[in-house]
Amino acid sequence: MSHPGTGRRGTRARRPRGAWIGWLFAAPAIIVYATFVLRPLLLTVQYSFYDWNGIGASTWVGLDNYRRLVTDSELFATILHAFELILFFSLIPVLLGLFVAATIRGIAQSRLATVARTVLFLPQVIPLVAAGIMWSWLLSSTGLANELLSAVGLGGLTRAWLGDFGTALPAVGVIGAWVLVGLCTLLLLAGMSKIDPALYEAARLDGAGPVREFRSITVPSLRQEIGVCVTVTVIAALASFDIVYVATQGGPGNRTMVPGLEIYYLAFSEREVGMASALAVALVVLVLACVLPLQRFTRDGSR
Amino acid sequence: MIVSRRETVIGRVLLVLLMAVTVVPFISLFVTALHPAGTYPSGLSWPESPQWGNFAHAFQAAGMGRLLLSSGLIVLGVVPVSLLFGTMAGFAFGHLRMPGHRIGFVIFLLGLTLPFEGIITPLYYQVRDMGLLNTRWAIILPLIGLFMPFSVVWMRAHFATMPEDLSEAARIDGAGTWQLFRRVHVPLAGPALSSLAILLFLWTWNQFLLAIVLVDDPAKRTMAGALGAFQGQWGTDIPLLCAGSLLILVPTLTIFLIFQRRFVAALLQGSIKG
Repeated sequence: MSHPGTGRRGTRARRPRGAWIGWLFAAPAIIVYATFVLRPLLLTVQYSFYDWNGIGASTWVGLDNYRRLVTDSELFATILHAFELILFFSLIPVLLGLFVAATIRGIAQSRLATVARTVLFLPQVIPLVAAGIMWSWLLSSTGLANELLSAVGLGGLTRAWLGDFGTALPAVGVIGAWVLVGLCTLLLLAGMSKIDPALYEAARLDGAGPVREFRSITVPSLRQEIGVCVTVTVIAALASFDIVYVATQGGPGNRTMVPGLEIYYLAFSEREVGMASALAVALVVLVLACVLPLQRFTRDGSR
Repeated sequence: MIVSRRETVIGRVLLVLLMAVTVVPFISLFVTALHPAGTYPSGLSWPESPQWGNFAHAFQAAGMGRLLLSSGLIVLGVVPVSLLFGTMAGFAFGHLRMPGHRIGFVIFLLGLTLPFEGIITPLYYQVRDMGLLNTRWAIILPLIGLFMPFSVVWMRAHFATMPEDLSEAARIDGAGTWQLFRRVHVPLAGPALSSLAILLFLWTWNQFLLAIVLVDDPAKRTMAGALGAFQGQWGTDIPLLCAGSLLILVPTLTIFLIFQRRFVAALLQGSIKG
């Protein structure tokens, strides 16, 4: 891939920028990237066409693993769960973030906002595993969530949120939303500080209310920041692993099984390396398919 | 700016609410950690006699000393090398722009979105064949590779903004490409480098998947990987689990609070460029 050094002395005189020597500078990065990312990635694709238990001989099965992925309802459900998580990981943080950022725009310079900047970042700094542990406790049958519900007279709703078939996936989603809402709020707030205040002044003078202002000025100007928030959170949702691993291990039943966790179980517990790899390829493609169109959306907005 | 008084009040209330929601899980963790070991405390209740000893107990049970050392070693193995390689490649793609640099860069760019789960299976067999399974190298080497896309894209963005004249002047003074890099461009890349270092530190420290797949011994893992093992071992003793989790959070939280300005700036820029 790289061509370190070839004929660099000859070209250097004519190309003052150093021509091929650049590849020499890029070589270390390319070598580690190729060894520990590109090679495994290609092997994932290769494994996905085989039936292999990780130890013995492997058999070529063509597209069978992929066929199973779309026909086996349990496997396909993991992908649907990932999309359901997007609602919580992306939609809620972005909408809530937009709403909060727009509301606090006026006090963005106050001392309260400075403190908030630090506090809202805490979930970004801790490992997701820790977030999972905290919330498993909050959402347990004796946890704070249920205590609050009982306190406001909704004791009938209490349950072990992460253990209940109906609420486990949304409960996992709430954990993700908690982690990401601060990041989205602050990203959007930073974007808002770049909007020319004169726009808002003009809108106010024209008699626009906060809602109109939000729709006609704030949202359109934040196109790029919204794109970034959506990209980051969608990747977090589709590739979720840590939180689910800690909070539910994919249960109850398979209600919270996501592709990342299923790959882990298939490859390292059930020894179905081929199937795990097919799911991994599907996950990589899925992430690209969701994220690449978003990039176009943000680029167009900024240019 | 025209902002009505009512809006300011609503803004403040909303902000305080959001902060409360963010902080409550931490408080709940702290309060629960003070209950007697083995009990099932309910919600947010202050214990009758706070068991501060739980922290000491958890410190021992988790082997915190060894964990700190292990995570520290892994960070030392990952961050400086990633910075160096990322900076060199970023310099090449952003400033030297050798023939074919566009294709090279796009290959790194595509790696930005790659979920780690996508390559974890072959990575396991590769690391096993290299004889590195259950050593810290099993986390360090793949992480350097996995951080390359972000590091290269980040540093390229910095070097692309550096003026050509700067290099021209150094060239006229007779500087070779390496000297140009080492003496002129690296010293000017301080802010970009330090933000990148913060991000890489955080992502290494919190790395979970690689740790649990490639290293069995929690004492050789990252902090997050060790926390996973701690939960498996002590998951039934809620107060002890909470105390242990809090202890494991202390190092990152401390560093975050000390460098919070840089952290926030780095994370915000990081997600925009990533």
